[in-house]
Amino acid sequence: MDFQTRKNMKEKMAFGALRLFSFSIIAILFFILGYIVINGISVVSFDFLTKMPEDGMTKGGILPAIIGTLCLMVVSLAIAFPIGVFSGIYLNEYIKDGWFKRFINLMTNNLSGIPSIVFGLFGMQFFVNQLGWGDSIIAGSFTLAILVLPVIIRTTEESLKAVSNTFREAASGLGASKWQTTYSVVLPIGMPNILTGLILSMSRVSGETAPILFTVAAYFLPQLPHSIFDQVMALPYHLYVVATSGNNITESRPIAFGTALVLIFIVLVLNLLANWLRKVLGSKVKMN
Amino acid sequence: MILNKVEAQDLHLWYGDFYALKGINFSIKKNTVAALIGPSGCGKSTFLRVFNRMNDLIDNVSIKGQALIDGKNIYGKELRVDELRKRVGMVFQKPNPFPKSIFENVAFGLRVNGIKHKTYIEERVEKSLQQAALWNEVKDKLNKSAFELSGGQQQRLCIARALAIEPQILLMDEPASALDPISTAKIEDLIYELKQEYTILIVTHNMQQASRVSDTTAFFYLGELIEHDNTKKIFTAPDKMQTQNYVTGRFG
Ligand SMILES: Nc1ncnc2c1ncn2[C@@H]1O[C@H](COP(=O)(O)OP(=O)(O)O)[C@@H](O)[C@H]1O
Ligand SMILES: [Mg+2]
Repeated sequence: MDFQTRKNMKEKMAFGALRLFSFSIIAILFFILGYIVINGISVVSFDFLTKMPEDGMTKGGILPAIIGTLCLMVVSLAIAFPIGVFSGIYLNEYIKDGWFKRFINLMTNNLSGIPSIVFGLFGMQFFVNQLGWGDSIIAGSFTLAILVLPVIIRTTEESLKAVSNTFREAASGLGASKWQTTYSVVLPIGMPNILTGLILSMSRVSGETAPILFTVAAYFLPQLPHSIFDQVMALPYHLYVVATSGNNITESRPIAFGTALVLIFIVLVLNLLANWLRKVLGSKVKMN
Repeated sequence: MILNKVEAQDLHLWYGDFYALKGINFSIKKNTVAALIGPSGCGKSTFLRVFNRMNDLIDNVSIKGQALIDGKNIYGKELRVDELRKRVGMVFQKPNPFPKSIFENVAFGLRVNGIKHKTYIEERVEKSLQQAALWNEVKDKLNKSAFELSGGQQQRLCIARALAIEPQILLMDEPASALDPISTAKIEDLIYELKQEYTILIVTHNMQQASRVSDTTAFFYLGELIEHDNTKKIFTAPDKMQTQNYVTGRFG
């Protein structure tokens, strides 16, 4: 065999192996999704989405868990988004490269590396006990907010970094102050990417269990919250409960799969929305 | 004696350790156009940006010597940068309209300088767009996004945006280099018109363009101003050999 044939053969083998790997990953993904759909689809109905759980969570719906998760997503992002975006603006637009910036980046990186159960513990001790908020949407949301803050800061910083300097120069060249420049020129250009980050954080928040375990999530609470100081059920924790510790685990198994399906659906919709936003808004403001 | 409108006296500039402008002496009179030419990286943009203090935005820039407008040092303590920038407009290499409507792009400079009077703003926007030879093309779609315009139109919009705050001096950094020949011709005509009211510094890589639009031409090389004289002289009988070589295309 000459060099060229060997080379071609190696090329084919490498290519084949790579293709095999990527196909198997896709296959595994579809298998998991399919498995959940097949096992869960039978229970997902209008009633399932709009009713309270009944009979020791072996029957009825998961409405309070859906509402609970939506509340947590909205409130935690309402907290984290402004803080994260302002920090990102500050980091990228206001401070010069140097030890301070490196230090802050190091800290935000560390923050995102902490296991989420640790945030749960902190949230319980600080928000629930010390501040006396009790198990509540607000305590859980603050805990989740701390968890996603690094992500939002990072995305904001990266999005603003991608905005060409010529926009900043053009604005300040017309006499605009730094804040005027940032607020009315740089931020709108970076916004599509920032919003994408926001939505991805929402999908992260919807699936987190550990941070809400000790701060908000109720085992069984067949009613809707009236204020942010109420406790709620949440989808990921409800899933854990019906899968491991209901009155009758085998009987509630389909409910667990149904809950998983709803959760996956929410995440999927959010991800699609993020993609769509990036495309639509992104095409309106070009970055140069 | 006519005072020099724009002037540099023994001006040095460093980016950190990098010595980018090496003792520049330069002056132009009111309502003239000066072209800055020279190979890439010789300091043309840097020099241009001295006059609206755009280099202030960059970390580690240090400047020695004087830059003057109407005989006053623009790096003096008593001068406010935003006041200076109202007097000095800038147009960039690539069209860079803001993510706003055509109208708001032109009105931007007025608004950030605290002008609120509605009819005044409308007048200024119309006048500026007319001066930039864009009014007829956009008068029916002022509320449309500026990104809907063609590249050449966007660049004229950026010129209108700079004109709206009624500067006395215009700095143009290769304003036509990203445009097609027809748009370029329009911009050149425009520069010719604008000369009646403004003093213009224009960086260009295009020798024909320099000779068409400018009264004087300055040749920069490796951070030094080699020669600054009447455009005609620079292109026909320059004093320095380096200039001769550059304008005849023997290097650069
Ligand atoms: N922000 C900066 N930091 C460091 N060096 C710079 C910066 N801007 C320009 N320079 C350097 O200064 C020199 C002159 O640049 P510039 O004025 O942009 O040249 P020109 O416009 O003539 O092509 C170049 O060598 C360039 O690399
Ligand atoms: Mg340049």
